[in-house]
Amino acid sequence: MSREIDAQSQLGEALLRSLMRAQLRLAAVVLLLLAGTVGALPLIFVLVPVTRRAHLLGIPLPWLLLGLLVYPVLLGLGWFYVRYAERNEAGFVRLLDRE
Amino acid sequence: MVHTEVGLIAVVAVCLLTLAIGVFGVRVSRTTSDFYVASRSVGPVVNASAIGGEYLSAASFLGAAGLILSQGADALWYSVGWTAGYLVLLVLVAAPLRRSGAYTLSDFAELRLESRAARKVSSVIVVLIGVLYLLPQFQGAGLTLHTLVGAPGWAGSVLVAAVVLVIVVSGGMRSITVTQAFQYWLKLTALVLPLAVLLVHWRHAGGAGAPQLHVADWVEPMQGRYATYLVYSLMVATFLGTMGLPHVVARFYTNIDGRAARRTTIGVLGLLSVFYLLPTVYGVLGRIYSFRLVRSGHTDAVVLELPSDMLHGFGADLLTGLLGAGAFAAFLSTSSGLAVSVAGVLSQDVLRGRSDRVRDFRLATALVVGATLVLLVASTGVPVARAVELAFAVAASTFCPLLLLGIWWRGLTAPGAISGLVAGGTLSTAAVIAALAGYHAPGIAGPLLAQPAAWTAPVGFAVMVGVSLVTAGRRPPGVMRTMVRLHTPEHLDVDRGSFDPERPTARPAEPTAHRGAQRRPATM
Repeated sequence: MSREIDAQSQLGEALLRSLMRAQLRLAAVVLLLLAGTVGALPLIFVLVPVTRRAHLLGIPLPWLLLGLLVYPVLLGLGWFYVRYAERNEAGFVRLLDRE
Repeated sequence: MVHTEVGLIAVVAVCLLTLAIGVFGVRVSRTTSDFYVASRSVGPVVNASAIGGEYLSAASFLGAAGLILSQGADALWYSVGWTAGYLVLLVLVAAPLRRSGAYTLSDFAELRLESRAARKVSSVIVVLIGVLYLLPQFQGAGLTLHTLVGAPGWAGSVLVAAVVLVIVVSGGMRSITVTQAFQYWLKLTALVLPLAVLLVHWRHAGGAGAPQLHVADWVEPMQGRYATYLVYSLMVATFLGTMGLPHVVARFYTNIDGRAARRTTIGVLGLLSVFYLLPTVYGVLGRIYSFRLVRSGHTDAVVLELPSDMLHGFGADLLTGLLGAGAFAAFLSTSSGLAVSVAGVLSQDVLRGRSDRVRDFRLATALVVGATLVLLVASTGVPVARAVELAFAVAASTFCPLLLLGIWWRGLTAPGAISGLVAGGTLSTAAVIAALAGYHAPGIAGPLLAQPAAWTAPVGFAVMVGVSLVTAGRRPPGVMRTMVRLHTPEHLDVDRGSFDPERPTARPAEPTAHRGAQRRPATM
């Protein structure tokens, strides 16, 4: 199968395309999650003014979110991405090793 | 003012230690590639620390806390953005960039676009971003030495410039990798220890707040008429700009393969997440004890001034000395990393063609450092974190579209990429120069120029896509081979093309595509 890729045959191109598509889809999922959580915060602050003034555990909510809670979210998204990106690649390698 | 001896000793100690590690620690920079990257022999933990150490600059060590002190909640986005930039980088570029085998963004442009012209244009932008990023480092060094020992503003800048010059010229990248890893932990310690002491003191003093903590337009986010635009534009610049910084890209080459590059990036995310908790606390404590800095406009100094504002005597001097040491570690590590990357590009693409590459590299380093010192004299003192973020805006408008479209879209052509680089680069640079010169445009143009990334980055993307579609006939002939190279795991035995950034040194027998040790038989 890896010769199909070297020869740039239609099959080889389709294989590569499927890998790229899977990785790009995964990236899009992670980026959408990023936009929907961290990226949505300014909009939430503007549209729901109460969130700008709210306190949690004695700390102003925006400070708690931006100063602390954002970071575990970023790490979690990164971990999620690496896990599935490696899975995509393992699938691609299995496909090439077949036959 | 603190007693000057402790601060002076701390700064001199960091400079000497950095020099010692850099010059004598690892004496293996024999070939030119050692100068560019540490021959890929660096493990992931060291590498993640080195990336963190190099990335955490004056802006993170001093500037972030300073902006939080003066602007409050909206300034928290700087730290968030500088971390989230690595997540975006991880998701879209980390592994393909490593697999490309490029040392520099110029290498990437040449590999993907098969065009010398695209390479040249990229090189110009690398130098531009590098100098813009060096500027606030030197500025921060001047401020620090002034705060610590009352030295004139130029003295700290010249000191950092001199140390960077010696390290880079004598050891290159190899020494810097070890130095950078050391710098992360030094910076973290230098912020954590004083903060612990200050917090204990604050508790003992009754954990008091201050009226200026409860001012609505400081404690609440989204302040000012154009806040929504400004915050989102800052997000675009930092989220997308990180991947286009010259010193960040060079670091990725020191990973063994694409998989290691991803894992290293996760490590970096963790290290940055820990570090960026600290400036916020410094900013808040500064609001209580160092509010005078807001009135005088010198908020960048808050991290350094806080101990002497809260404590008295030798203890305060010691803490200030430690913070000064950390700050100098920040300037030295970022500046030397940038100088290596920018000088590499400058020597390869501009000074190239002469006999001695190592000498070209040294000359280029001196040119870059010298040019930055000259610009420093010409610019007005924009807050350090702001100045750094402006360099991010240029990166987000130029190399971000180049990398994303180059990696994920076969249709990108050399004319398209060059037009996009020029359009995005020109617009964002014009805005940055206006900001650095202290120009405030009236009306809606004000925020658009102050924080340009939200419109210059889309322009960069649009021009690249548009011109590429018009010139679809000029797609690079080897684009499929390049895509195989960027996206397939290294241990697969497939043809990845012959691109080799070391080609000028004529080592054709050792292509980077197949690394002998891990090669395995074809499976068919």
